[in-house]
Amino acid sequence: MTVKTFKTWYLVHKWTSLICTAFLLMLCITGLPLIFHHEIEHLLGDTPEVAEMPAGTPIVPLDRLVAAAQQQRPGEQVMFMSWDDEEPELAWITTGPDMKANENLHFLAFDNRTGEVLKLISQNELSFMRIMFQLHVDLFAGLPGKLFLGFMGLLFVVAIVTGIAVYGPLMRKLDFGTVRKQRSARVKWLDLHNMLGIVTVVWALVVGGTGVINTWADLIIKYWQFDQLASMTAPYVGQPMPATLGSLEAAMATARKAAPDMDPAFVAFPGGNFSSPHHYAFFMRGDAPLTARLLKPVLVDAQTAALTDTRDMPWYVTALLVSQPLHFGDYGGMPLKVIWALFDIVTIVVLGSGLYLWLKRRRNPIEQRIRELEQDAGAPLGLAARSSL
Amino acid sequence: MNMKLWGMPILLGLLSGIGLIAALLDDGLWAGLAWLALGFPTVFLAG
Repeated sequence: MTVKTFKTWYLVHKWTSLICTAFLLMLCITGLPLIFHHEIEHLLGDTPEVAEMPAGTPIVPLDRLVAAAQQQRPGEQVMFMSWDDEEPELAWITTGPDMKANENLHFLAFDNRTGEVLKLISQNELSFMRIMFQLHVDLFAGLPGKLFLGFMGLLFVVAIVTGIAVYGPLMRKLDFGTVRKQRSARVKWLDLHNMLGIVTVVWALVVGGTGVINTWADLIIKYWQFDQLASMTAPYVGQPMPATLGSLEAAMATARKAAPDMDPAFVAFPGGNFSSPHHYAFFMRGDAPLTARLLKPVLVDAQTAALTDTRDMPWYVTALLVSQPLHFGDYGGMPLKVIWALFDIVTIVVLGSGLYLWLKRRRNPIEQRIRELEQDAGAPLGLAARSSL
Repeated sequence: MNMKLWGMPILLGLLSGIGLIAALLDDGLWAGLAWLALGFPTVFLAG
C-alpha cells in the first residue's frame, strides 16, 4: 500500500466514522433493549398474559374475533389480524380511523381460545420500549428519519471497510490481540479499538448493512404494491366496492389450501394498503427460522372466498425479509440474543474509543501522524513510496 | 497474504459468518452451531 493510498483510506475512515458516530452510539444504545423486547415487555406488563389451557383447546372462529374488535372500537375499521409465532394463543387485531391510516391505530390482543380481549394498546401510548423503538427506527421523524439513519448506516459500513484497510499497515508488526498497556492511554485505546473492531467486523458489517436495508422497508413495500400487488388485483379494477364482506374463516381455509404447510403471519383486510377493496390478503409463512420470515401473499376474494392469486415475493422483498432477522438477532433463541447484546456493547466501545482517539488527536499533518503511528507500532507501517513523505 | 496479521481475523470472520447463517437454517443443531461459532469471538474478547 502506498502512502497516498493509506492516507486516503485513513481520511475516509476518520471522517465517515466521525459523522456517523453520535447516531451509531444512539442506535447501539437503543438497540440493546430492543434485542430483549419480548422479555422486557413481559417484565413491564406491556404484553398480555395468556392463561394455561389444555393442549388442543379449540380456537374461536375468526369472524367472532373481528366482530368483537368492531364492538370494542366502534367507528374504527379493522385493518389487520396477525399472529405471533412465539405466542400462538394470541391473535392481534389492528383497528384505525380508516383503512389506509398510519396514525391513531389501536391493537387488540385476543386469546384466540376464548375470544377474550386481553389487552388494548394505543399507538399513541409512549412506553419505554416504544420510545426506544421509535428512536432506533426513525428518530420520531417518519420516513425522512428512516432515510437519514440509513445514510448514517451507510457511512458506518464505509467506516468499517476503510477500517479493515488501515488495520493491516497499523498492526502488521504486532501479534494479534496485542494491547500495549504500558504505553500511553492513547496507544492503549488505539490497540483496543483495532482489536475489538477487527474481532467484531463481520457481525458489525452484517448488522450495519441489514440495518440500512431495513431503513428502505417503506420504499420497498411501496414498490411491491406498485409492481406486484397491482398486477395481482388487476382483474378487479373498476368493479364496485363489495357492500358486505364474506367470512374471514372461509377465506382463511382457501389461503391454507393455496399455501399448504404454511401458517398465516397476518391478513390485510379489504381496502387497506396491503390489499385491494375486494380481497383479504393473507401473508403466509413457514416454520423454520428462515422460512418463518419469507412471506407469501395469498389473495382471496372477500365475497366468495375464492382464490384470486398467490405468488412468491420478488427478490427485493425477499432481501428485505431475510435482512430483518440478521439485524434483530431474534432467530436463534436466548443465547443468540445474549451474543447480539455482547457484540452490541463491544461496538459501543469501538465507537467510543474511536471518538476518544479523535478528541485526543495531535494536531499535526497526516505525514507526521503516519510517522507517529510507525513509532506507536514500533516499526514502519510497510507503506511503499515512503520517500514521498 | 500475511497470515500472522490476517490469520485470526479471517478465522474469526469465518466463524462469525457461519454463526450468522447457521441459525437461519433451522432450530436445534443449527442454532447450537450458531451459538458456538458466534460465541467464539466473544470468548476470545473475554480472554
